[in-house]
Amino acid sequence: MTTETAAPTAAAEAGVPRPSPLRDTGIVFARQMRPLLHRPALLLFGMLQPVLYLVLFAPLLSGLAGAEGENPWQWFVPGLLVMLALFTAGFAGFGLLPELASGAHERLTASPVSRVALLLGRVLGDVAVMTAQAVLIVVLVLPFGFRVPVAGLVVGLLLLVVLGTGVSSVSYLVALRVRRTFVFAPIVQTAVMPLMLLSGVLLPMELAPGWLYGLSRINPVAYVVDAERALFAGEWNAVVALGWAVAVAATLLVLLLGSRAMRRISA
Amino acid sequence: MIRTRDLTKHFRVGKETVEAVRGVDIDVAEGELVALLGPNGAGKSTTLRMLTTLLEPTSGTAVVAGRDVRAEPARVRRRIGFVGQGHGAGEDQRAGEELYTQGLLYGLGRATARARTAELLDVLELSGAADREVTRLSGGQRRRLDIAMGLIHRPPLLFLDEPSTGLDPHSRANLWEHIARLREKSGTTIVLTTHYLEEADGAAGRVLVIDHGRVIADGTADELKAGVSGDLVSFTVADGGSAATGAEIAGRLPAADGVEAVSGREPGVRLRVERGDAVLPELLRALDASGVAPTTVRVQRPTLDDVFLALTGRSLREENP
Repeated sequence: MTTETAAPTAAAEAGVPRPSPLRDTGIVFARQMRPLLHRPALLLFGMLQPVLYLVLFAPLLSGLAGAEGENPWQWFVPGLLVMLALFTAGFAGFGLLPELASGAHERLTASPVSRVALLLGRVLGDVAVMTAQAVLIVVLVLPFGFRVPVAGLVVGLLLLVVLGTGVSSVSYLVALRVRRTFVFAPIVQTAVMPLMLLSGVLLPMELAPGWLYGLSRINPVAYVVDAERALFAGEWNAVVALGWAVAVAATLLVLLLGSRAMRRISA
Repeated sequence: MIRTRDLTKHFRVGKETVEAVRGVDIDVAEGELVALLGPNGAGKSTTLRMLTTLLEPTSGTAVVAGRDVRAEPARVRRRIGFVGQGHGAGEDQRAGEELYTQGLLYGLGRATARARTAELLDVLELSGAADREVTRLSGGQRRRLDIAMGLIHRPPLLFLDEPSTGLDPHSRANLWEHIARLREKSGTTIVLTTHYLEEADGAAGRVLVIDHGRVIADGTADELKAGVSGDLVSFTVADGGSAATGAEIAGRLPAADGVEAVSGREPGVRLRVERGDAVLPELLRALDASGVAPTTVRVQRPTLDDVFLALTGRSLREENP
């Protein structure tokens, strides 16, 4: 080895003595966002399903008595954003599968990047996409008479960010564990569908028979949906507080388990 | 640069324990180019993955670039470059940006990472492909991008896992030119795995032959070949009768070993001898004197495949033994 090669390595080590998880998270996040910046149309890709529900399902609600029937979109849109979070964040792991298969993920783990940053950077990317999609949906329905107080919208979107963080972390951890698409896809479908159906996104859970209502009460997502509806209606009450508490607790738990798993996967 | 002692790796597959690597001692000095040669499943990649901190050893020690892979994996990673068997670049990424990101991940500042990206794209003849998406690169370009990512932080030690698998002969030769130039310019120590005999033979300074998780031979290609008993001399004749006579004559050569007459569609004679080129004139004169006229004559230096055959009784060329 000549001194010419030794010097830059030594300098690099002196300049960055330890991997900084924060800087690394930023780098991984930027990498995650690049394909989207080059092709912004990709943003619309994950939005098709919620938009179809908006156009082809929400009008059905007008036949119902009660709040949901009087102004269907006012009632439906907050829940729809939760559905968006479930799908965009829940399917996040699909983005990792090709990198697991090709060797791109292995190359990243062979670098000195912080293990936790490898997870968090990707999660942040998905949450950014999800938030942009949510804002786009709100903007889309505004011309049709949809109204939401700004404070409620901001706090509602933040709650969505918390939920999305938790859901997309789980999605990545499952993808890392099973690695293969034909295993991952059914797992995600099986998890996301009941979470959505039992959250009261489509119809109020109050319409459900007792056992079904009971099931919805053990679904954390249901509390987030209730909180979003309250926030979008400009109400600041216990429902909002409960939704936040459930989302924060669940996401913290996931992140805790997730960062431990990341360190173990490639210590 | 590398020193392992009794390095082992066991995997659990269902209820069985697979001993992928069974007590490997490897020493690599600065500036060496070492090839780990062996059939598929011999434990080459598993060994490499332990040296690059991607797998934790079951037992034994490995010090790589001055640091223990178990105690300080992060520091090992910082000092080594790694090019895996697969492709390192994300498929939806652009070549240049992926390389730049790699630089940042190794702790380079933005300006340094940008300069280093431009430099490597130039050196590896990828400048024209910098803004292209990785999926739209050719196989050779993608592999060169992998190498570039392994070199972004100027590591003193570079690991290459099956670097030329899947490349056409032209791209493979081109890749080796780049690797040779890299060593010449910066004296990088290189450890690679391969199951291509020609590669281990032509390019590597030293070859470690690995089989069933053990190092079964260690030396330069010439040293290993010298261990096999001599060159293979063979000639063909018109008919089986001449072959028998030819074998008898060849058997009288003082240094000849393992003389055998070959029957069948191409009758002839094969023998092993220390210096095939030196005995050839004498052999031809003796055959001529006895009225045996060889139709073709060949002298083959031993190959690494002969080495592997002599060591294990199997040929490396049989991909599925």
